[in-house]
Amino acid sequence: MSDSESTPMDIDYASNLARIELTEQEREKFQDQLGDVLKYFEKLKDVDVEGVEPTAHAFSRFNVWDQDVAKEPFSVNQSTQNAPQSRNDQIVVPKVLED
Amino acid sequence: MSNTSIIEKTAVELSKSLISKELSATEIAQAYLDQIDRVDHQVHAFLHRDDEDFISQAKASDARRAEGKTLGPLDGIPVGIKDVISVKGQPLTAASKILKDYISPYDATVITKLKEAGAVIGGRLNLDEFAMGSSTENSAYGPTRNPWDFDRVPGGSSGGSSAAVAAREAPLTLGSDTGGSIRQPASLCGVVGVKPTYGMVSRYGLAAFASSLDQIGPLSQTVEDAALLLEIISGHDPLDSTSYPIKVPNYTSALETSLEPCTLGLPKEFFGDGMDDEVRKAIEQTIEFYKGLGHKIVEVSLPTTDLAVPVYYVIATAEASSNLARYDGIRYTSRSAASTNAIDVYAKSRGEGFGEEVKRRCILGTYGLSSGYYDAYYLKAQKTRTLIREDFSRVFKKVDVILTPTSPTPAFKFGEKSNDPISMYLSDIYNISTNLAGLPALSVPCGFTKGGLPIGMQLIGQAFEESSLLSIAHAYDREHRYGCKAPSI
Amino acid sequence: MKFEAVIGLEVHVQLDTNSKMFTRVPCGFGHPPNSLTDAVILGLPGALPVMNREAIEKSIKVGLLLDCKIASTCKWDRKNYFYPDMPKNYQITQFDQPICEGGEVEIELPGDSPAVMGKHRMVKLTRIHLEEDVGKLTHFENDSLVDYNRAGSPLLEIVSEPDLYSPEEAFSFLTSLRNSLIYAGISSCDMEKGQLRCDANVSIRPVGTETLGTKVELKNLNTISGVKNGVEYEIKRQIKAIEEKEEIVQETRRWNPDQRYTIPMRSKEMAHDYRYFPEPDLMPVKIDQEWIDQIAKEIPEKPFEKQRRYMEEMNLPYSITSALCPDFQLCQYFEQVTALTQDPRKAGNWVVNDLLRELSHSNEESTPTPIEDSPLTPEHLAALIQLIEKGTVSNNVAKELFPEMFSSGKSALELVKEKGLEAQSDQGEIESICAQAIESDPDAAQKFKGGKEGAINALKGFVMKATRGQANPQVVDETLRQLLAQ
Repeated sequence: MSDSESTPMDIDYASNLARIELTEQEREKFQDQLGDVLKYFEKLKDVDVEGVEPTAHAFSRFNVWDQDVAKEPFSVNQSTQNAPQSRNDQIVVPKVLED
Repeated sequence: MSNTSIIEKTAVELSKSLISKELSATEIAQAYLDQIDRVDHQVHAFLHRDDEDFISQAKASDARRAEGKTLGPLDGIPVGIKDVISVKGQPLTAASKILKDYISPYDATVITKLKEAGAVIGGRLNLDEFAMGSSTENSAYGPTRNPWDFDRVPGGSSGGSSAAVAAREAPLTLGSDTGGSIRQPASLCGVVGVKPTYGMVSRYGLAAFASSLDQIGPLSQTVEDAALLLEIISGHDPLDSTSYPIKVPNYTSALETSLEPCTLGLPKEFFGDGMDDEVRKAIEQTIEFYKGLGHKIVEVSLPTTDLAVPVYYVIATAEASSNLARYDGIRYTSRSAASTNAIDVYAKSRGEGFGEEVKRRCILGTYGLSSGYYDAYYLKAQKTRTLIREDFSRVFKKVDVILTPTSPTPAFKFGEKSNDPISMYLSDIYNISTNLAGLPALSVPCGFTKGGLPIGMQLIGQAFEESSLLSIAHAYDREHRYGCKAPSI
Repeated sequence: MKFEAVIGLEVHVQLDTNSKMFTRVPCGFGHPPNSLTDAVILGLPGALPVMNREAIEKSIKVGLLLDCKIASTCKWDRKNYFYPDMPKNYQITQFDQPICEGGEVEIELPGDSPAVMGKHRMVKLTRIHLEEDVGKLTHFENDSLVDYNRAGSPLLEIVSEPDLYSPEEAFSFLTSLRNSLIYAGISSCDMEKGQLRCDANVSIRPVGTETLGTKVELKNLNTISGVKNGVEYEIKRQIKAIEEKEEIVQETRRWNPDQRYTIPMRSKEMAHDYRYFPEPDLMPVKIDQEWIDQIAKEIPEKPFEKQRRYMEEMNLPYSITSALCPDFQLCQYFEQVTALTQDPRKAGNWVVNDLLRELSHSNEESTPTPIEDSPLTPEHLAALIQLIEKGTVSNNVAKELFPEMFSSGKSALELVKEKGLEAQSDQGEIESICAQAIESDPDAAQKFKGGKEGAINALKGFVMKATRGQANPQVVDETLRQLLAQ
């Protein structure tokens, strides 16, 4: 799928990948609006970037790190205080189906 | 002293009053609370306040002063906080329903610095949800109104931060700027707003929107005030790997040194169509003023200006789609009651918890990074971004600072732009390239329209040259002080 | 049609660091749930990662150990997907610029018998990269629980080429890799604690062909044996499928160790679009030759290299070395004893035959005592060997004393004195007992004088019995021969 120009956005694929459920209304609205925005993105197509490096970071630096010294963690209470649901100090999530 | 006289003061003036004991921090805090009680039901800058805590912080400041243990010039001065910056024990909603019950268990680094300086941490200020927008209309908790005209937007995304200063509900506030979100609302509300060089102010504790573009910055009545706050919050932070290891200059004293004649550049791409006539006139007057001081004005060109919009939106939405993935209904966000299993808990919680603009941008960003599109969109945008940075480097060989309007128009009416995403995007064109290049920029009020709406001028500086940028801005602001004019509400 | 299997392994190793990969919260196992977290681990709004230098250094060490090419620059990427054990719903990992590339692991296949060394082969690696671990999910009837203690721990992913061709090879690969990592102090590699995890990619193809078949990913292989068994089952399943004209579906399957089969995993069905992009919150890593050279000094001799050295230089038999070499600490112990006695064979025999036995039985909890905790020190073992050399103690007595030396921690000499077991070397005493021996068994004496060497043993036996085994065997031997020569 390398020719991004003629293919309109697959809004179902993108919203599923983004884990955002849309109402039917939103879906239609977004299909149009985002289609317009994408036309804007197409402006990039014609830019000549031969030999140009991508900007990975605003300013080039390397080896920004810490020594391996452990610090005080959160208390268990702090860990779970904002959870919508918890039990035995663990966070409850709806059943995960593995197979 | 009357409440009005207290709240009219700039932060620098308040600081002096505290030193001279003319005022106490408690009196100051109470004056602002009274003002908020008086006007905020109309302005709606604040999403949450803890008045008890506010007063007790002020009292603690007074106690310190009485013992001779004052922490510095900001000790006892209230600072309002945009509701994306973590304060321990305070809510952080990012103006979203998905975080409606979230209480932060830790302080952002800028907050730690403010506390160490003795500042009185104020209430939570409204914004466009997750900082996405330029009008604060995208807040899940209702918009903020422009104190100059309640039918108009304050700008965004830091609409609450700018309106609070304009409405004299706080002398200083913190906002965040990803694509103009401090400068544009500052301009629309007639206050000063500064976006620092990327890496100057720690992002630790700022709910991320676009990691490579976000910066926290001050909003205030004057450039002097902004310099004072910026000094305190800037500096290298080992908790933020993108923060730059540079010693923070004394911005306040830099303002006092007399300014050498410098060259201001006017990028022709910013002065074309779409600029409101009154904005153009105000900027022309500003240019004349600088000429009068002996500074040189030069026309320059930033040919990549047009490309900044797609580049910004590809990169910002891509990074945002990833940064907002954590708001998922699992650990600390609102969970959809309709979810039945671990797959749909995400889609439903986010579908219900996010507003339209946020959903749009997350989907767009996800798409831009998805298989088959990465090269054409994200990678191409990052390369084009390099071209934009190079444009600025070239221009800065000829000029010291770039001058433009902050916004092509003054504050628009509610609903006027919000239904047209492209139109909203266009109003960003003056601001977003600075975020892409990581440069410092600020907005200074430079006049009013005949209808009484504020106009702002933008100055863009070279990386890490906040001192000269502030000095050049101060040269204008000192003589005009438009930010000290308050709307009558 | 005959088929052959092609297997690739993806091994995840938890690095033994004090703090986690991108924040300084402590690492640990078995702690109360959600007690090793902070804003970064939980992915709270505003949290930012900071690299752990030690994790990078340990990764370089592993790369050197496995003969990889160490990248001069490497960077971080986000791998985006949603899952409850993922706090940020993206994992910080390395996509296109990993810390190490290439490399190889030496494996040994089982020989014809335990005493014979099997064939060795070098298995190629594709790459090694660093990433952060995820939390732990526990499943219940109606919901699941998440514990984020493990989330954010530094994880090294070691990827082999599809260069393994049997379940036995897979087993050997993991054993060898594990031993090397333990040797280098990288990780304790305890699979029960999740310190070493392995996924397998299995495909089959007709013998003699080059093209790889459709590969199936296997998960939940929780022990090294589990890997072997799971791979073995999967190969059979695939062969059977092809024979029954079924297609192999590219999928992920879960190994069930109790029922011993693999079944497709529904949750992994959708091909993931991970939307990799460079991590904007972290700066890249530059590794210079100076740093590499400094780390290279810490690389220990690898287990198979050590084994070869023991066999060639010390003339130790294969069976002794294969008992010693997988255990780094045991080798340290052995080498200390050897240094003191200059007799590697004796040292090897005592360590493998006697010491290992005592170590494995000694604990009340019936777990083996680790060699570091052995009450019988290398010095004491060396001393024991020397006592036997000198003749102060006979070999049999030494063997009897050994368990008590272990349990008491006393030296052999101490125990010998306590029990009065010193081999009698009193010449007079021995002479008279030898004379008695000859008297009591004139037959044996006659035979010996007639040229039968072996006949002396009966006489020796008499003396030993009479002295309760304490007579100095050399002295007994000399004395008997003298007397018989008369």
